[in-house]
Amino acid sequence: MKTLIRKMCQTFGPSGNEEQIREAIIGEIKDVVDEYRIDALGNLITVRRPRDGNGQRVMLAAHMDEIGVIVTHVDDDGFLRFAPIGGVLTTALIGARVVFANGVEGTFGVEGKPLPTSNPDAHSIFLDVGAASQDDVPVSVGDAAAFRHQFADQGGRLIAQNFDDRIGCAVLIEALRGLADTPHEVYGVFTVQEEVGLRGATTSAFGIAPDVAIAIDVTATGDTPEAHPMAVALDEGPAIKVKDRGMLAHPGVKRLLVETAQEHEIPYQLEVLEFGSTDARAIQVTREGVPAGVVSIPTRYLHTPSQMVAYADVQHCVQLLTALLSYQIELAS
Amino acid sequence: MEPLKLLEKLSNARGVAGNETAVRRIIRQAIQDHVDEVRVDNLGNLLAVKRPAPEQSGAGEPRRVMVAAHMDEVGFMVLHVQSDGTLKFRTIGGIDSRIVLSKTVRIGDDDIPGIIGVKPVHLMERREARKVLDIKDLVIDIGAASSSDAQKHVSPGDYVTFDAQFSQTGNLVKNKAFDDRAGCAVLATLLATLHADDYPFELHAAFTVQEELGLRGARVAAFDINPDVAFVLEATIADDLPKDKDVSSTTEIGKGPAITLMDRRLFADRRLVNLLVTTAEEHDIPYQFKQPGLGGTDAGAIHLAQEGIPSAVVSVPCRYLHSPASLLSPEDFTHTIELMTHALQRLPDAWTHTEETQSR
Repeated sequence: MKTLIRKMCQTFGPSGNEEQIREAIIGEIKDVVDEYRIDALGNLITVRRPRDGNGQRVMLAAHMDEIGVIVTHVDDDGFLRFAPIGGVLTTALIGARVVFANGVEGTFGVEGKPLPTSNPDAHSIFLDVGAASQDDVPVSVGDAAAFRHQFADQGGRLIAQNFDDRIGCAVLIEALRGLADTPHEVYGVFTVQEEVGLRGATTSAFGIAPDVAIAIDVTATGDTPEAHPMAVALDEGPAIKVKDRGMLAHPGVKRLLVETAQEHEIPYQLEVLEFGSTDARAIQVTREGVPAGVVSIPTRYLHTPSQMVAYADVQHCVQLLTALLSYQIELAS
Repeated sequence: MEPLKLLEKLSNARGVAGNETAVRRIIRQAIQDHVDEVRVDNLGNLLAVKRPAPEQSGAGEPRRVMVAAHMDEVGFMVLHVQSDGTLKFRTIGGIDSRIVLSKTVRIGDDDIPGIIGVKPVHLMERREARKVLDIKDLVIDIGAASSSDAQKHVSPGDYVTFDAQFSQTGNLVKNKAFDDRAGCAVLATLLATLHADDYPFELHAAFTVQEELGLRGARVAAFDINPDVAFVLEATIADDLPKDKDVSSTTEIGKGPAITLMDRRLFADRRLVNLLVTTAEEHDIPYQFKQPGLGGTDAGAIHLAQEGIPSAVVSVPCRYLHSPASLLSPEDFTHTIELMTHALQRLPDAWTHTEETQSR
């Protein structure tokens, strides 16, 4: 599975620019689903049908997009100004390198002294692609860049710039691959534009109108020095969401995930996240409402170019989802 | 009506978000002879349909193309009448409190004149003169002697607009509410000038309400129409005046219609952006890209309707938006009409958004 993870992490795809990552996912998944299509906003919607159709319409969503920057201006000397795509941390830009769809790389500079001592204001940061003049700039206004690919396999722990949410994409692909049979009509959806407002999930969920939905995304941890208190740690298993800032997980979905983990002796932890939200928030309020939950991969250093996950957690997330899809789903208590 | 004349009439009309009746009436009159169907929906959106000529539509359901412009403008609302006869008020939509001091306004259905009062400079202490006053600390003066006198003319809940009239300023024209009466005038002109045999789709025009309060009208209009693609016509920020730093200009006056790539609410559909760019280049229509990342339009709501709608935005660059004295170039305005006219006619070539389904 590490080869798959590496491939997901090394493919370009900031929000609104998901073409390359979508193609990569199609390549991985086309032989294990019955059908796939690309909808009006660019979501990749795959369908796996049951042999005996008495199950439910289950939507699993992982977002393909990653955060990045978009060029807003090219000045006379060939320096670029940019706007963030998604929740880009100003502090994470200094020293980081970004890459454009055409492979051009850029680095960030700050106005003023060569060695800035305080946190720079976002407007004082510029992007340098090594151009000697305006005519020499190999990208244009409107082009997007993502953090440069950097995947590291440290055995039990992995580091990459975009586990949010490429690790979710890898988990979803692997769960569908490992699914021997299912009573459900399983919609594996790789959504666009999550980082800019859960946009792909909004429209794909409307189209699918699922009976139950689960988002697969990363969550923060509280297991680092002097961390903000949070009872989620690496290597403790999939985090089953109770709540985040945008949603309360459906209690039936949460219970089902917990019971499935217990029955299959898969380690798990319960997640209460004080920041952020996921595609499940948009899916939950689609149409007449959808019972929705989240399986989260505990991840350190979110929204920085160096995010860290535990490989065992990733594998346990796959097992949990595969187990869940293999049996009937009863949400009523 | 001549397009610039229609813009004059529309921008003179008073239509703060939630109170678009006067604007809707003018547009309805301007378009009703040129469309096959016109109605007002539950939120007040004016929706019109122009069908293609029968020989154009071909077999099956014709595709639906939505073109939207919002009727509402920013303004104020009377909160209550004070005992001295002055009016407390609040803004409707985004207005910079620094620009409102001593502006003349019009209140309610009877166009009662008023002035946003400010203490004369003689009475101000130096520190006070440097402070930006909050809207909450300001009053509208209608020259009433008392509360009961004022209540003969105005009531809480009355809508207030800037008191401004269309006029020429050099090569540009000036008025309030070009955002988005410019878009409304472009759209009404398209309905009047496009011929049914020019295009093979149903043209759904949506003149929306309450954009300035959060894209409210567009959201329900798009759900209802559920088009195959959508265009939004807007007036957008031109900040092309001299600056001390080479960092941006959102758009520039006189450089043609501005095509949105990405703003706070939308990534414009790339196929539609390409269509607009190719059309402009083939017809020698000047165009520019709006600097990515800023603002949001009705397209932000439209593209998320139902199963998702590929959307694009074309804007007339406009200086001093959301003020009583916005400036736009009649040439940019005319070029926007030309660009949209040609782009809609070429749209069938760009029907590439058909869903792609693969079965194993």
